[in-house]
Amino acid sequence: MTDHHESNTGPAECGPSQPDRRTFMATAAGVTAALVAPGVIMHSVAGPRTEAVTSDVRWGLLVDTAKCADGCSACIEACDRENGLDLQTQPSGAQPTRWENQKSVWIRKVKLQDNQTGRVTNLPLMCQHCEHPPCVDVCPTGASFKRADGIVLVDRHTCIGCRYCMMACPYKARSFVHEVMSNQLTRVPRGKGCVESCTLCVHRRDYGEESTACVDACQAAGHEAIIFGDLKDPESPIRMRLAELASRQIREDLALNTGVRYAGF
Amino acid sequence: MAKAVVRAGLVAVGLAWALIAQVALAAEMKTYVVAGSQAATLDSCVEPTDIMRRKHMEFIQHQRDKTVHGGIRSSKHSLSGCVDCHVRDEPDGEAVPIHQKQEFCGACHAFTAVNLNCFDCHAAVPKGPGAALASKAAYQAVGLEQSPRAVSDGKEH
Repeated sequence: MTDHHESNTGPAECGPSQPDRRTFMATAAGVTAALVAPGVIMHSVAGPRTEAVTSDVRWGLLVDTAKCADGCSACIEACDRENGLDLQTQPSGAQPTRWENQKSVWIRKVKLQDNQTGRVTNLPLMCQHCEHPPCVDVCPTGASFKRADGIVLVDRHTCIGCRYCMMACPYKARSFVHEVMSNQLTRVPRGKGCVESCTLCVHRRDYGEESTACVDACQAAGHEAIIFGDLKDPESPIRMRLAELASRQIREDLALNTGVRYAGF
Repeated sequence: MAKAVVRAGLVAVGLAWALIAQVALAAEMKTYVVAGSQAATLDSCVEPTDIMRRKHMEFIQHQRDKTVHGGIRSSKHSLSGCVDCHVRDEPDGEAVPIHQKQEFCGACHAFTAVNLNCFDCHAAVPKGPGAALASKAAYQAVGLEQSPRAVSDGKEH
C-alpha cells in the first residue's frame, strides 16, 4: 500500500521528503524507547506485578542449621506477624493444649539429636516448595497448585478442606483452619475450612519486595541462618552459597526436589 | 354514559400517577455508595455503575485467578481496591467492616438476599501494611495517582 502510494507521488516531491520522514521516525522511536523503557524496567523490579509469573525463576530458601540457634523463634514470630497467624484466637471452651496443636502454623522449630554422638541440630521446617509436590498430586479439586515460579500454594477459592494434602505432605507443613476467622490482614486472606501453608511471602514477591519475613527476622536476630533467592540464577546469593556449602534436602529419598535446602547436618 | 366517562377518567388518572411514580423512582434510584467513603468523592467506579451492578462478581472472580495463579496485583478489579474505596470510617477513624448490613456490600446483598461470603476470608476493612500497597495498585490501575485514603493516613501519622 505504502509503496504504491509513494510511487504515485512525483519523484521531485518524494526525494527530499523521504530522509526527513526517516529521521523523524528514528527520533520518535528513540524518544519513545527512552520514555517507555525505564517504566518497563521499574515495573518488573518494583511495584505491583502486571504480568503473570514465569518459570524463569524458582524461589527457594537455604537454611544453615549451624547458625540456627537453640531457643530462638524469631523466624516463627516474624512469620506469624507477616501472615496474620498471631490474629488467631483460641475458641472459648477449647482446651489450651488442643488449641496449640490445632491452630495454624507455617514454620515449626525442629530439634534433631543424633543419639550415637549426641549432636543436636536446630532447624526451622516449613513448606519445602517441592518441584514435584505430593500435596498437588493428591488434591481432588486443583486447589493445591505450584505457581510457575516454584511457590506451592493453596487456592482457597477452590479448596474444599478435605485435608488430603495434609496427609500427603511428608513435612507436616500444612495447617487446617478450624475456626471462623475475623480481623484478617488484607494481604493474607484466611477462613474456616481451608488448608494453608508457607507461601514464601507471596505478596512480597508480587509487589517486588526483597526477601521473606523469616529471613529478615533471622538477620535482625544476628544469626543469618536463612537465605532467600532464585535457585535458577547462578549469580544469586543463594546459588553461590549452595555451591560452596554441603546441603541436603529433607527426605531426599522421596525425590521431590525441594526448594528449601538445609546445610550443616 | 356519564358513569363510564368518569370511570375512564379515573383509570386514566390512576395510570398517569403510576407512570409519574415510576419516573420519580427511576430519577432518585437508590445508591448504595455510603457517605464518608472515598467512592462518594469520585465520579465513577472502575466501570460504569450499571455494569458494576450486574457484573462485579464476574470481574472479581476472573481477577482472583489472575492474582492467585499469576501473581498479578495491578488489576483495577481488585477486591482490596473495592474495600479501600467503599469502606466508611467512623468519626473516631475506625473503618466499618464493609459487609455489615448498613454498609456498601452488606446493604445491597441483604436487600437482594444474596449470600456474601468474600469476607469469610478476605479483610472487610483495609488492614495491615499490605493494604496500602494493594489500594495504591488498584488506584493506579484506573489512573489515579494514589489512594486518597493512603494519603490522609500518611498525614495523620
